[in-house]
Amino acid sequence: MTVLVFSENLEVAAELLGKGQELARELGTKLAAALVGSGVKGKEGELFAYGAEVVYVVDHPSLSPFLPETYTEALVRVVEEAKPEVVLMGATKRGRETAPRVATRLNVGCAAGATSLRIDREKKLLIAERPAISAMVVATEFSKTKPQIATVPPRTFEKPPRDDSRKGEVVEVKVEVPAVEKKVLELKKKEVKGIKIEDAELITSCGRGFRKKEDLKLLEELAGLMGATLGCSRPIAADLKWLPEDHWVGLSGHKVKPRMYMAVGISGQVQHLAGMRDSKIIVAINKDPEAPIFKVADYGIVGDLYQVIPALINYLKSRKG
Amino acid sequence: MRVVVCIKQVFDPAELKVDPSTRLLVTDGVSRKISDFDKNAIEEAVKLKEKQKAETFVITMGPADAMRALREALAMGIDNAYLLSDPAFENSDTLATARVLAAAIRKIGNVDLVLLAEASMDGYSGMVGPRLAALLNLPQLTYVRNIVSVGDGKIVVERDLEEGYEVVEAKLPAVVTVTKEINEPRFATLPKIMAASKKKVDTWGAAELGLKSEEVGLAGSAIQVMKAEAPVMGRKNVIFQGELPQQVEELVKVLVKEGLLKV
Repeated sequence: MTVLVFSENLEVAAELLGKGQELARELGTKLAAALVGSGVKGKEGELFAYGAEVVYVVDHPSLSPFLPETYTEALVRVVEEAKPEVVLMGATKRGRETAPRVATRLNVGCAAGATSLRIDREKKLLIAERPAISAMVVATEFSKTKPQIATVPPRTFEKPPRDDSRKGEVVEVKVEVPAVEKKVLELKKKEVKGIKIEDAELITSCGRGFRKKEDLKLLEELAGLMGATLGCSRPIAADLKWLPEDHWVGLSGHKVKPRMYMAVGISGQVQHLAGMRDSKIIVAINKDPEAPIFKVADYGIVGDLYQVIPALINYLKSRKG
Repeated sequence: MRVVVCIKQVFDPAELKVDPSTRLLVTDGVSRKISDFDKNAIEEAVKLKEKQKAETFVITMGPADAMRALREALAMGIDNAYLLSDPAFENSDTLATARVLAAAIRKIGNVDLVLLAEASMDGYSGMVGPRLAALLNLPQLTYVRNIVSVGDGKIVVERDLEEGYEVVEAKLPAVVTVTKEINEPRFATLPKIMAASKKKVDTWGAAELGLKSEEVGLAGSAIQVMKAEAPVMGRKNVIFQGELPQQVEELVKVLVKEGLLKV
């Protein structure tokens, strides 16, 4: 019996190991991790360093590039070997498409995008919380089937301290990778300007309320004065491409929890809220008093951003003299 | 080529409210609509019909009211619709839902392409597409923002991943989930809405789909929801009043007080 974690992204795997350790302790089981891919053998240390006691290695040339179909086979094999009570998978895009495929193969449930996980001691059940019904409510749920699977968005849990002196058991798992009639023809890199919005302490974020690209300069100026990083909602990055995707905050973009998140001209669609609702302080500036963003805001100004932002800039400048 | 689009009718998020005393969602009188991104999947199917004479189908699992969602899809240009409705389907989780959809797709038969949105607006789990692909034992192509080509038993798509855009070729049949960026869904015109309202739409229940009651609905679901409440962590919800200079001054004042700004 184990708590098993997997993410193809080792950073996320480390975060899951942190939480997994807590769950394993509650359940009185070992903490295990799956290492899957081509040429991954030898990288177990990365997982031991963050607390894995056992690493199940599936190393096969057909496991590169990542295909959800082949990774599903590999993970189903690891589950057969490890017989986990609980499986945590990173809710990266690849994780989000692979976990349900694995769960379906195992004929079990999957808590998607869990933001909180705990063990019910009496029933030995994994209790997951996740945003549901347009993120208006938090659903508390458990799985009637085993293993109990949950996916966890990146940066939901803290990465535990790294300890390179830790060692553990390596279990090699053989898998017959099925032939998938699928070919990756090309991977076009996304333009990366090198900002990591997840690390920003203060974020000023723009949305559809901005009428043209040049107007973002207004918010850039404010961000400069406040020492904030520029964020944006889906349309700005994905549809209009006024900012590179590293600035995109939302469920499909980046999930952030800064000390302050200022949403300017962002109405607060569910997908956006899911990416920033854990921010410590939320400020909303929007001309529509009914905009959903105000419901999640600590402080708000109902007004035209084209008046509010210049007024803020002028006020801050006057104070800074 | 036969293309099936799976859609979901959801509560209009704009109308949803939480009862502050119970912290429960108030759904009475809230209207339902097609989940936004599902329209992108419908649009993509209609484009395949126009360009490549695909025969198109739309299915949805839901209550009788979900018929409206199907009629809207028909008005957008889909050829045939089936409502998957049965009291036994109520409270299905993603696994039970995928079983119902998979059974319907098998019943439609000879399907080359299954289209869904990358996720629904309400649950946003993105699980039904991959679950469906697993049940049908088909390759899955998720987060597709461009269908490059379909033909000769193959499909080439461009997927939107964190690290880049992945161009993938897969053999048909396949399950494809699309993102909002893939297209701009058309609006149904009045004559088409009129025509769609007259079209015959069959309803399939568990019996028609050959599903046992323990495979679907609450009984067939693996996930059990204990409660769904608005989060306790309340926000301050302070809206600054008065004239703009005063609002701005008060905002800066609180940000300084919270230790977020130095002036």
